[in-house]
Amino acid sequence: MGQLTTRERDLAAAILLVLAIVGIAMAAAGRFDPIGVHGAIVLLYSLGLLYLIMSSSFGPPPDPSRISRYYDDPIKVGVWFTLLWAIFGMFIGVWAAAQLAWPSLNFDTAWASFGRIRPAHTTGVIFGFGGNALITTSFHVVQRTSRARLADQLSPWFVLFGYNLFCIVAVTGYFMGVTQSKEYAEAEWYADLWLVIVWVTYFVLYIRTLARRREPHIYVANWYYLAFIVVVAILHIINNLTVPVSLGHAKSYTIWPGVQDSMVQWWYGHNAVAFFLTAGFLAMLYYYLPKRAERPIFSYRLSILSFWGITFFYMWAGSHHLHYTALPHWVQNLGMTFSVMLLVPSWASAGNALLTLNGAWHKVRDDATLRFIMMAAFFYGLSTFEGSFLAVRPVNSLSHYTDWTVGHVHAGALGWVALITYGSLYTLVPAIWKRERMYSAALVEVHFWLAFAGTVIYVFAMWNSGIIQGLMWRTYTGEGTLAYSFVDSLVAMYPYYIARAFGGLLFLIGAVVATYNIWMTVRGVPALAERHEDVPVAAHLADGAATGPAE
Amino acid sequence: MDVEEVDPISGRKTTGHEWNGIKELDTPVPRGVLLFLVVTHVFALLWWVLLPTWPLGTTYTKGLLGIDERNVVEEKLAAAAAARAVWEKRIDTLSYEQIRADEGLMATVRSTGHQVFGDNCAVCHGVDGKGRSNYPDLTDDDWLWGGGPEDIEQTLRVGINTRHIESRVAQMPSFGRDQMLERNQVRDVAAYVYSLTNPEYSTPENIGRIEAGREVFLTTCAACHGEDARGSREVGAPNLTDAYWIYGGTMQSIIESVHGGRQGHMPTWDERLTPAEIKILALYVNSLGVEKP
Repeated sequence: MGQLTTRERDLAAAILLVLAIVGIAMAAAGRFDPIGVHGAIVLLYSLGLLYLIMSSSFGPPPDPSRISRYYDDPIKVGVWFTLLWAIFGMFIGVWAAAQLAWPSLNFDTAWASFGRIRPAHTTGVIFGFGGNALITTSFHVVQRTSRARLADQLSPWFVLFGYNLFCIVAVTGYFMGVTQSKEYAEAEWYADLWLVIVWVTYFVLYIRTLARRREPHIYVANWYYLAFIVVVAILHIINNLTVPVSLGHAKSYTIWPGVQDSMVQWWYGHNAVAFFLTAGFLAMLYYYLPKRAERPIFSYRLSILSFWGITFFYMWAGSHHLHYTALPHWVQNLGMTFSVMLLVPSWASAGNALLTLNGAWHKVRDDATLRFIMMAAFFYGLSTFEGSFLAVRPVNSLSHYTDWTVGHVHAGALGWVALITYGSLYTLVPAIWKRERMYSAALVEVHFWLAFAGTVIYVFAMWNSGIIQGLMWRTYTGEGTLAYSFVDSLVAMYPYYIARAFGGLLFLIGAVVATYNIWMTVRGVPALAERHEDVPVAAHLADGAATGPAE
Repeated sequence: MDVEEVDPISGRKTTGHEWNGIKELDTPVPRGVLLFLVVTHVFALLWWVLLPTWPLGTTYTKGLLGIDERNVVEEKLAAAAAARAVWEKRIDTLSYEQIRADEGLMATVRSTGHQVFGDNCAVCHGVDGKGRSNYPDLTDDDWLWGGGPEDIEQTLRVGINTRHIESRVAQMPSFGRDQMLERNQVRDVAAYVYSLTNPEYSTPENIGRIEAGREVFLTTCAACHGEDARGSREVGAPNLTDAYWIYGGTMQSIIESVHGGRQGHMPTWDERLTPAEIKILALYVNSLGVEKP
């Protein structure tokens, strides 16, 4: 907050007051509905932030020279949001996994039933952990690769806190049973509307910062971040077009009828995977990988091919989630063929990343942070191959509705998204807090092996159980009847469910270790003198030739 | 910053750009990638030509193979139904006696019964049919409504305490709550019922209460459970003298049953399962039990 001018603080206070009034209105209009509880949460959230603003409103005016430096304060807060959501989301995930093995762990309560904690897990990790990681790193990467300070002082905070308010409202809603019943779009209409405001602000901030760049070209990572921001806005708005029952009710009805709703939902769902969980994290890869490995990107041409391939092909692939359903056959086939063609640009990205490491493989051996990034690229290649494979209709007839899908998602979510995020954070944290190194390299190493082992155990357990399930469900006796009842397949799943919960637990422990390590880095490792090269162009030029080419 | 530069490790030129220390090599797209691109596109093209894929206004390209998902599934369903029809018809028409005599048919009953039971009955009665608290054990020789295949078929068809017009109806009234019995009478009759299966309970200090309970039993309970407390399959009243209890045989659970009553519910499967499936289940459940007619 120290870098905000008096006028910016007043504006922040005004925004928070409006938000508090909206909270009161929601609480009043929805006093007999869960939306009332959400009104109270919005009120408390805005009052809490208002207190922070007000208590600093008579502080000294900000240092005018700040404008010539990068704006890193929102990034620091974003790192903590990312780490806390990771622990929350992964804890709920381990709990949900344990409930599948030991169902009584819902303690016979409605709020802790599997159907409610599962979306709390997915939203917690995808939007809470993943989303905060994306926003945080995008603020870092766009400034560094554009040699420009963020275009505005207040809107980064608005984006960060506004986005987290969305996540909090979404997750608390699930525990109360508030859901649109759309996978990865469970949050109800009022949370969705709020996210639109936040997201448009994010887009404007990002594009304005890019416009201020002092580099002739826009770096690849920014293409991906921009694709992520633009497409997620489109997907979110179209899939969440609903009519609320009333302004005082959480419940709404989608405007999309029947199978068209399914198609819109899975067009959204698959492109959420594509542009949230792929494009955004590829952006991280394209910055933190060459940074950490200190190697040039293997091929600029391959970057172009992958970027346009991914953005074009993904858009068509959503219908492969609806094979053998009421969706017309031709739509399924179309989605399937595009999913197959999608493999080439996906693998081109993974290959571009791994080949970038040529000349730096000794660092992969010695530096666990770079190993995180390398392993993420490997899992990215693995899960994109698996994705295209599972999209082929006959394969899908075996895999669909089984744990194979869950295994596939987690090869992507744990192996790709989470590993690249932690690799990026271990690179980002010392840079932002200007520390020479992480508090403990050994703990990074421990985290790597916990995360890697957890992912492998999880994914192997789900591959096994998914294929067994699929086979059991389609095995017929000689008399033409099913050989197994559904319960038989559940009994067969039991050991795998325990293994899966264990794998998830290892991953969660790794996330706790990471948080501790980052906390101790910020607390305990002495700060370096200002890094000369880590300033935008104005100061850069002022320092003259002393800085030389960066890094 | 557009400077021609060569990366010493790969020997490749860079693109001449640099962002925060990051450079890019000008490596051409590897041949393998292009080949792979061609292969996947040829695959897609073939698929488009052979199968329904592209929309054309109100219709779509049908594909050269003429395959349609809906037709395929209907053909497969018809083929499966035809395969099953052979033995389904025999189960429908043959009597239980005749089916039992046919070892081949009984093998079908057992394998099909396991799956139908697992998907419909196991949720209450357990995969092994052993039931659990509040849900009867189907593997013992104690039956509320009879354990012969015909009895079981009837129970399956109409259910217990359902809306089916022929539903089996059985109610254990709530004697305590509805004040048909005094509080001490409830305790006495529970003590009597408890003593039936727990002879060691009949100690001199309890005998007075047990005797009083017996009086209550004979006037109030015997109508359904019989004077000997052995129950009646006519009205689905359980035998109280054996070791099998649906709601538990402890003093506490017996008091609860007498005080609050019990209205078990078994759904009707008349319209949810085919007659052949019901017959299969009747035989399967019967075979789980010890009792053979």
